[in-house]
Amino acid sequence: MLLINCPWCGPRDESEFGYGGEADIARPANPDALTDEEWADYLFMRKNPRGLHREQWVHEHGCRRWFVLERDTVTYEITDAT
Amino acid sequence: MQPDRLSTGGRIDRSLPLTFRFNGRTCQGYAGDTLASALLANGIRVVGRSFKYHRPRGIMAIGADEPNAIVQLGTGAATIPGLRATEVELYDGLVATTARGWPGLKFDLLSVNEFFSPLLSAGFYYKTFMAPGFLWRWYEHGFRHASGLGISPRETDPDSYEHYNAHCDVLVAGGGPAGLMAALAAAKSGARVIIADEQGEMGGSLLSDGATLNGNPAGVWLGKALDELQRCPEVIILPRSTVSGYYDHNFLTILERCRDHPNQRDAEGVRQRLWRVRAGRVILAQGSHERPLVFPDNDRPGVMLASALSGYIRRYGVCPGRRAVIFANNDGAYLTALDLVQVGASVSAIIDCREYGAGAVAEPLREAGVDIYQGYIVTGASGRNGVRSVQVVPVSADAGAVKSGRKIIHCDLLAISGGWNPAVHLHSQAGGRIHWDDVRSCFIPGAPRQDHVSVGACNGSFSLDACLEEGKQAGQEAARACGFEPAPFSTPEVGRERPGEAHPLQPLWRVPLPRSPRRHPKQFIDYQNDTTVADVYQAVQEGYRNVEHVKRYTALGFGTDQGKLGNINGMAVLAECLGKPVAEVGTTTFRPPYTAVSFGACAGAAVGDLYDPVRKTALHDWHEAAGAEFEVVGQWLRPWYYPRAGEGLDEAVARECLAARRSLAIMDASTLGKIEVQGPDAATFLERIYTHNIARIETGRCAYGIMLGEDGMVMDDGVMARLGGQHYYLTTTTGGAARVLGWLEQWLQTEWPELKVYLTSVTERWSTIALVGPDSRKLLQGMESDIDFNREDFPFMSVRSGSLAGFATRIFRVSFSGELAYEINVESDFAPALWQTLMAAGQQYGITPYGTESMHVLRAEKGFIIVGQDTDGSVTPLDLGLTWLLSRDKDYLGKRSLARPDCRRPDRKQLVGLLCEEGPEALPEGAQLVEQPGGEPPVAKLGHVTSSYYSACLGHPIALALVSAGRARKDDVIHAALRNGRCVRARIVSPVFHDPEGERQRA
Amino acid sequence: MTRQKYSIFSLLRNAVSRNENWQQAWRSPAPRKKYDALIVGGGGHGLATAYYLAKEHGMRNVAVLEKGWIGGGNTGRNTTIVRSNYLWTEAALLYEKSLKLWEGLSRDLNYNVMFSQRGVYNLGHSLQDMRDIERRVGANRLDGIDAEVVTPEQIKAAIPMINTSPRVRYPILGASLQRRGGVARHDAVAWGFARAADALGVDIIQQCEVTGIYRDHGRVTGVETRRGRIEADRVGVVVAGHASVLAGMAGLRLPLESHPLQAYVSEPLKPVLDTVVMSGAVHGYISQSDKGELVIGAGIDAYNGYGQRGSFHTIEHAMQAIIELFPAFSRVRMLRQWGGIVDVSPDACPIIGKTPVQGLYFNCGWGTGGFKATPGSGWAFAHTIARDEPHDLNAPFSLERFTTGALIDEHGAAAVAH
Repeated sequence: MLLINCPWCGPRDESEFGYGGEADIARPANPDALTDEEWADYLFMRKNPRGLHREQWVHEHGCRRWFVLERDTVTYEITDAT
Repeated sequence: MQPDRLSTGGRIDRSLPLTFRFNGRTCQGYAGDTLASALLANGIRVVGRSFKYHRPRGIMAIGADEPNAIVQLGTGAATIPGLRATEVELYDGLVATTARGWPGLKFDLLSVNEFFSPLLSAGFYYKTFMAPGFLWRWYEHGFRHASGLGISPRETDPDSYEHYNAHCDVLVAGGGPAGLMAALAAAKSGARVIIADEQGEMGGSLLSDGATLNGNPAGVWLGKALDELQRCPEVIILPRSTVSGYYDHNFLTILERCRDHPNQRDAEGVRQRLWRVRAGRVILAQGSHERPLVFPDNDRPGVMLASALSGYIRRYGVCPGRRAVIFANNDGAYLTALDLVQVGASVSAIIDCREYGAGAVAEPLREAGVDIYQGYIVTGASGRNGVRSVQVVPVSADAGAVKSGRKIIHCDLLAISGGWNPAVHLHSQAGGRIHWDDVRSCFIPGAPRQDHVSVGACNGSFSLDACLEEGKQAGQEAARACGFEPAPFSTPEVGRERPGEAHPLQPLWRVPLPRSPRRHPKQFIDYQNDTTVADVYQAVQEGYRNVEHVKRYTALGFGTDQGKLGNINGMAVLAECLGKPVAEVGTTTFRPPYTAVSFGACAGAAVGDLYDPVRKTALHDWHEAAGAEFEVVGQWLRPWYYPRAGEGLDEAVARECLAARRSLAIMDASTLGKIEVQGPDAATFLERIYTHNIARIETGRCAYGIMLGEDGMVMDDGVMARLGGQHYYLTTTTGGAARVLGWLEQWLQTEWPELKVYLTSVTERWSTIALVGPDSRKLLQGMESDIDFNREDFPFMSVRSGSLAGFATRIFRVSFSGELAYEINVESDFAPALWQTLMAAGQQYGITPYGTESMHVLRAEKGFIIVGQDTDGSVTPLDLGLTWLLSRDKDYLGKRSLARPDCRRPDRKQLVGLLCEEGPEALPEGAQLVEQPGGEPPVAKLGHVTSSYYSACLGHPIALALVSAGRARKDDVIHAALRNGRCVRARIVSPVFHDPEGERQRA
Repeated sequence: MTRQKYSIFSLLRNAVSRNENWQQAWRSPAPRKKYDALIVGGGGHGLATAYYLAKEHGMRNVAVLEKGWIGGGNTGRNTTIVRSNYLWTEAALLYEKSLKLWEGLSRDLNYNVMFSQRGVYNLGHSLQDMRDIERRVGANRLDGIDAEVVTPEQIKAAIPMINTSPRVRYPILGASLQRRGGVARHDAVAWGFARAADALGVDIIQQCEVTGIYRDHGRVTGVETRRGRIEADRVGVVVAGHASVLAGMAGLRLPLESHPLQAYVSEPLKPVLDTVVMSGAVHGYISQSDKGELVIGAGIDAYNGYGQRGSFHTIEHAMQAIIELFPAFSRVRMLRQWGGIVDVSPDACPIIGKTPVQGLYFNCGWGTGGFKATPGSGWAFAHTIARDEPHDLNAPFSLERFTTGALIDEHGAAAVAH
């Protein structure tokens, strides 16, 4: 069970949090201008790295704020929270 | 009564005799015994039967590594399967049986398997029973019934369990000398310490060690140390508590057995407690396990680990034999010989594979006249139900080849020792690697990966001095790491009643034999699973060379001791087969738990009534009193229908629906999700969320809205209302309330943080009472209110706030039934009072409460969808015919996806109505639709029935369905394929069956 | 060398010679410089692919490259459930092909994979569950797949230990039953396919991690491995848990996220559960192995993870679910828990087909449902590689579907992990 450092509340058990997947995927400013391929890339394609991963979490059963963590997907070590 | 009980010694209480039953036989033991020590005291040698060959087996070990003595404890609902007798503390009235062996342990019919054992070689079951195929189930039935070590209870567990969350600075796993020193060192600094030990009594090896500490027997220091720990307010001492799992981020589980023993404290409380500990630092001090030696027939009852034998003698005052032979490759086992001599048993011989023999420890034994065979090994043991003699032969200096000179030595007890394996389990679970140490011939922990350190025997430091010193250092360092200043204190001085200097161990993974190991009697590596040296040889010969393949092919290490006893020997034998050093064969993963944990303890309190919270509306009591039947909707319980005397579902629903259509009905709609959206950018935000135009909606007006996922599929729907300039209110489906709020928050916070918008869930603040039917306006107009309910002043799809019969309300003129209707929001505390007021006032109109079933019928008659029933995550708004809701002037979530080719396919499944052309029965919901009856599978499917009801208002059944290209096929007749093989004709119609112009809801 | 045939007679013969004359089940050859096709990944799917390439398409100059030991990934870590009762025809036909292969697999491979058709129950706990069951069972029957809807009374009769009381939090309202579903011995599947493929000339190369994929003008030309470069103009990648990593080597991105999936077993018990029980609402699935262990699957962990381990609360939840369904199991003990890595696609369906790189094929995204598909997946993937075009059975499972939107959404159909 991960120990996640909520930037607002401090370290809490993973069970208080929700996971939001890969971070830094910006919604395209003008979706209509995209090809189907480009839209599919935004919708579905993921880096899914083996190693460091920037990912979104929400302190669901706490302050309900979203934030970004950097975590190693092999060791599960959390290296950075913003 | 207890033939093998010594007259003195041990930590048992001879003044407290206990009576217990084992396989129907009444026996006596003493307080402080384990079931294993009591069985041995009673002279019981055969305690189990092995897995494959059903060989008689005796007690081998003294702890968690015991493979043979597996018992079923107790009877009835409280029975516990699969316990190791070595871990069961004896109590008065204990009843234990063994599940294996039929008709009995002493005579087991399936021991005939041994006769066929050449046929039952490693992996034999992969090679036969293949034809004819249908017979496999029959063979399998036989296998299944021959397997299994215990019998599951058949009744609900009478006990309860709990989880206990704890934080500490230092967690110490293991209460032996190293662990106690670590705990003391950390505790003296003021750190919060938890120390857990699996046994009923803390102390570990100190409980049976002959050494002195500070000039006194070890027990004296132990008592003082425990006293001192107990006086520290920040220390929690947990006996009978196994640190079972080491998970990520220093999260560990401890299984505390609170009430498995009737004399235990907490007798009224839970049976077991699972501690969920987040520790600052972890000190692992779990000790080590002695290795057996591998030689032909090394599983005879009476063959026992040397340390286990010492433990039984010293701790329990039991000596399970009169004439012992010791077989070892190290000095430690000589201490067992000394123990035997001390209690008056005869030691027939010590067989030491080392040509150079033991160090000083051998001297007193020589003086006592014990024969010591240096450079000898045991190559056989006789005695089916108890060892009677051993065969010994000399070996070469490297212990690699036998020489001539066979001897037979009679004995009734054979103590064996092949060295020690540090218990690196938790270290490995924590992600730490382990390394082979050639000097000590064992795996020792490598660098830790989390905040932990191994000390004492589990770190490969086997001497008592080292255990104490390492424990102290680790305790102080851990405290320092947690911000505490360690207080100085001294390590107790280890004195020995026996000489120290030891000769090194000589690795002996299996004894050398004159011929191939496959041509000698079985040499067991994994006792419980009957894995032999021959099995490993065969596996390698067949190409199963990776240690994991060998394990899985031979079942090595898959017993309930999880390989604690045999795995390292097995790996070394594998290394020998492969001609590689042990270090290169590698080890397998140590998986949690360290020892088995009951399902109940893992589940904790969240079972039965507490499995999942039940959500009830503020009006629940009224519904219950009115005799409602309830439907489970997510976590909610909702009134399903309100049967009157003699009514079933169908009759009640027909009555409720007719009331709504003809006069007046009332429903509790409080479970609808409700979210308030406020702030200067609220409209901008909602424009991006909803598919329709928000800007056009004026204050006081409502609109139906749908939300799409970014994939264009309908995610949720509901009503959105503008309560003020920057103040919106929206409803969601009952099941979608939390999901939608989370979804909105995610977009707001992660994608559009610049928007000034605030979201608040008000689901439970407001209760919603739907007042439905042509008489609803009359009823409201007849009540005291500052709201004008006139058609013109309060039109369809608008909202008003005001008082109603003295209650502050928000009233939405929306309709999920197609009738003139009002949804009244009132603060939940007042909901029962308002409900009753409405019920009383509605008497004159025959006001009728209705539940979810009637709600479904009423909305289906109007073609209104239920997200999750008429949609399934693959349905777009275009499929539902909701094109009018899709704004062309703006972007919204999911819009781009609707332009993908697949979403534009003309043959997509579309929402239609269906009228059954045959009979008065409603089509089954979920029924598949096909063009024509019959046809060879796979039959092309047109879609399926999503909703289907008998409409009392229309006098016939109606259905909603998703049908391929359905909107263009109005009046076509297709078929519903029923499960009984029948096909029923159904005509495609508009999904709006009732009041297609919508005049009634706008009335 | 002719291959020894396994049978009771070979067992007898070898018993007489003290089991000293068994042949290798498969060779351990050194990799050659060049093959006609390479299969990356020596799990069940990869070995099956190689077997069917050799058997059905005559491609015998094939190597399977495995970074560790064969069957060491999800093949050796799953709960061994086999069924084909999927909702959507595309999925159902693929899994049914697989189930049909399972039914003859032991004899086909001459290796007993212990496929035991003890039936699979998918429980329904709400009216909507029952609608979904009705829909799925109806679809299965039209697709030629055996499926029934059973009542709580029928469930209780077949599974005496289950709690069908209406007075529980989520009462059992009914179930779908696929009698042809069941369980198999997971390791044996990898070993059986390996042995049979090897007999047809396939090289199985273990400890041979692929570290790069060579391409030239949009065509694949070979791979770099820990044991050197190996050339081939057809490379099939089937590495459950690491598909995104391999795709990255070829400059591709996949619509996958890798998650931990956990399971556990109890200590061995005398027979107490004779079938497979799965529940979506009360989330867990359970069967009893031939050895007597209760084999239980937990839910998927939320986060991306390649650690082959998940969080303990996931195990706790599965435990609560199992006790809810089987209250008597509360006193049974968990012996061992473990985790695998599942590659989850957006529609919970696999991707089996070509990639933008000519000659490079991917078979991935099986999520939690891969084991049951092992033979069918290998069969279809072999066809795709041999013909350079998908078979009708796997054509719908192309990578393009994520662009066109033609997803095969099995999420709703089987909310429980497959």
